[in-house]
Amino acid sequence: MARTATAPGVPTTALGKAALEVDDRLIVAGPLRRTLNKVFPDHWSFLLGEIALYAFVILLLSGTYLTFFYDASLREVVYEGTYAPLRGLEMSAAYDSALNLSFDVRGGLFMRQVHHWAALLFVAAIVVHLLRIFFTGAFRRPRETNWLIGVGLLLLALGEGFTGYSLPDDLLSGTGLRIASAIILSIPVVGTWVHWAVFNGDYVGEYIIGRFYIAHVLIIPAILLGLIAVHLLILVKQKHTQFPGPGRTEHNVVGNRLFPAFAAKASGLFFIVFGVVAALGGLVQINPVWLWGPYNPAQVSAASQPDWYIMFLDGSTRLFPAWDINLPGDYTIPALFWPTVVIAGLIFTVLALYPMIERKLTRDTASHHLLQRPRDVPVRTSLGVMALTFYVVLMLSGANDVIAERFDISLNAMTWAGRIGVLILPPIAYVMTYRICLGLQKHDREVLEHGLETGVIRRLPHGEFIEVHQPLGPVDEHGHSQLAYGGAPVPKRMNQVGGARRAIRGFFKPIEEPAQVELEQRRDEHGLAAAESRELTTSGRPSDGGRPQEPRD
Amino acid sequence: MSTRESAPGSTGGADVPGPLHGGPDDDYTPEQLAALTREELDLLGARYDSVQVLHVDPGPEPGSAVEKQAVRQVALTFALAGLTAFAAFVVYVGSGWFLPDWQWDITDSGWSALFTPLIGALGGLALTLVGVGLVLYTKKLLPHETAVQDKHDGSHFDRVTTGATLVGGLHNSGLARRKLITRSLVFMGSGIGLMLVMPLGGLIRNPNTGDPLGTTSWAEGVRLVRDDGSPIRPGDQVPGSLETVFPAVPGGNRQADAATMLIRLRPEQLSVERPRNGQEDFGYGDYVAYSKICTHAGCPVSLYEQETSRILCPCHQSQFDVTQGAKAVFGPATRPLPQLPITVDDEGFFVARSDYIEAVGPTYWNRERI
Repeated sequence: MARTATAPGVPTTALGKAALEVDDRLIVAGPLRRTLNKVFPDHWSFLLGEIALYAFVILLLSGTYLTFFYDASLREVVYEGTYAPLRGLEMSAAYDSALNLSFDVRGGLFMRQVHHWAALLFVAAIVVHLLRIFFTGAFRRPRETNWLIGVGLLLLALGEGFTGYSLPDDLLSGTGLRIASAIILSIPVVGTWVHWAVFNGDYVGEYIIGRFYIAHVLIIPAILLGLIAVHLLILVKQKHTQFPGPGRTEHNVVGNRLFPAFAAKASGLFFIVFGVVAALGGLVQINPVWLWGPYNPAQVSAASQPDWYIMFLDGSTRLFPAWDINLPGDYTIPALFWPTVVIAGLIFTVLALYPMIERKLTRDTASHHLLQRPRDVPVRTSLGVMALTFYVVLMLSGANDVIAERFDISLNAMTWAGRIGVLILPPIAYVMTYRICLGLQKHDREVLEHGLETGVIRRLPHGEFIEVHQPLGPVDEHGHSQLAYGGAPVPKRMNQVGGARRAIRGFFKPIEEPAQVELEQRRDEHGLAAAESRELTTSGRPSDGGRPQEPRD
Repeated sequence: MSTRESAPGSTGGADVPGPLHGGPDDDYTPEQLAALTREELDLLGARYDSVQVLHVDPGPEPGSAVEKQAVRQVALTFALAGLTAFAAFVVYVGSGWFLPDWQWDITDSGWSALFTPLIGALGGLALTLVGVGLVLYTKKLLPHETAVQDKHDGSHFDRVTTGATLVGGLHNSGLARRKLITRSLVFMGSGIGLMLVMPLGGLIRNPNTGDPLGTTSWAEGVRLVRDDGSPIRPGDQVPGSLETVFPAVPGGNRQADAATMLIRLRPEQLSVERPRNGQEDFGYGDYVAYSKICTHAGCPVSLYEQETSRILCPCHQSQFDVTQGAKAVFGPATRPLPQLPITVDDEGFFVARSDYIEAVGPTYWNRERI
């Protein structure tokens, strides 16, 4: 089509012309506009998944850097680097390269620590994100697929973490690898075969580090990347959930458009996450492999703990009683099998299937885009807290030797405390959470019916004291509102409904006169002072305290 | 359209978009769009994306005191970010050039010990400040709008038409009727599938050939040596002490399952010692030798508390009593540590009388059978 310079809408600026050239070729204006206009709801808890995503980006960047220097080989070499205490020692090339990376590469230690911190943050952000999804019911139809992908991502992150943890081949990671080997061996029937397939023979062999390396830098990250892409595409397609609130329905999303507000905030969060991880990587030492020494199957250090995300399995392994099952024919199911393979398998199976289980039990098969407040679903919330309690007891038990040592408690007492605690604390947590949820629900209803506590005590003419309540809506003759609960937070304090004057400005000392602010607020009809001057008794509870009275005439 | 016309480069017919083109370009002419302001265009486009901007809280008034203050804050944050980033760069590049060397020595607590913390502090601060600046910019200077976007349920029209296309294609293929092809496809699929996973068979090796899990390098006459290779005489250890020993074979001190603890019992331990049945003569005098590899998860059991005669595994706190044949007395381990039968050779050094009589290390499925 012929265009003339005078045709309406033809760009005149250089940038506009360039954009036209691009769109003539790629036809992206439409999809780009749809993307820029996409509305994202605004809530702090929706950023948790983003943190995990940004941690993954940091992991890719820092991890790629580390591969330039790392040598994934169990070949024996003699260390001759900068770190004097280990010089002359025989060690694997993997450990040697990890030491060189830490001491002889400019900024290498920083990068290694950034990578390790980002890994810890990655798993932590995934877990907290998962808890947010769980407790708000965001996994319900139509989002079961993304829940499953999310559980898969968590599992892959754990695998990625463990393989990466093993790569330096120091004494600590070697001990972890030895335990992993024992866990594989404990699998009934096929354990030894699986072990031989993974290690290419007996423990430790010469293959495992090379195999873990390729799993760590290629296989698992590739699957992670693909699944993250699908996770996000489904999220974009299904649109984000939102908490109930004014104007929010099952059929819309209320929030900010991607451009510019959401994009700016998200990039801001990315830089903050990156900055915090970089600061941790430089300032807070993590996994000082040179202190552990090279791996030696005959040595171990006390208080050897895995990274935090594997600790719950270490804990369950410590707590599980010594119950080998001897089967006829001289076959054995080792005790180690239950607290590792079986418990982990059960935990992640139940986790993955939870949306289906809940759908079955509640018979709620409808699509949900509005989130639930945890208190409104007491059973799910209590189940979640119960599972969390179970997890935390296991995790703390993973460090029970350190706790025993630091607090001067008997190690055996710690083990028994864990064994008993893991059985009785979760039910207690269930009951307590359930009661707390019901209590919070009741309080919401009470506020909706009777109004907010103002803290103002009034003495009635006949001497009775009542507390004046601020109703949230019109009241009947008994001072009761008929407000329905909509699943959104109910204000609980006067200043949430504009009952208090705003805070006085100033960081260290006030930079404005409190009296001035008071006056200004009174002028704008804000705050308690203004409310008082508006004749509290008419807007609050009736002066008779809502009690039945003699009919007036 | 007529097929008789044949313009160059076309298959016939006028080279113009077909009648199915459609869309908002038909609703709005360029002239109409040119008459709209930028805000109107923005909202119009948003409406086509099912987005409605409900409310806009404009940013601070241009030139107002509030705006000036916010601009100063944001600019200062970005400037500080740049400053700290440059500082991090100077520390990184300048160390060993015009600044002291960055390479850390264990005796040094000066610049080289500060290098990594400085990179982290400056770099981390720079990145955090960039983020803080962006958030401040958004919060204080950008207009705050509340937009609402409709969610669309699945379209019935799309489902029906897509279904028709898919089912139509399948129908045309005739696979439902042409059973022979279907069967051959299933057969082909399983064959190709097996062929593609076949190379994984290279990973499979038989763990039972030669009983590698049940045997170690210990054998009759193999000396017990320390990590440095020196042999041990009965008089070398004081009562109550423990020494880690290895078989005197090449690389014996690096083998994963050969590490053994040689323990000299104290007289009061000897008096209560109850070895396992059939292993009463495995010790030598007041010496006993037990595998160091935990029977639970394979960690080296290391912590020997001689007052209680217990050996503790630091990994999962299994405890073994050396006076009871290294029986597991607490924690998750079930089996005692295997005992190595020892004696003394002609030259007076400790030697093994045979290999362990059972598999050392963690339990596995068919351990009792081989």
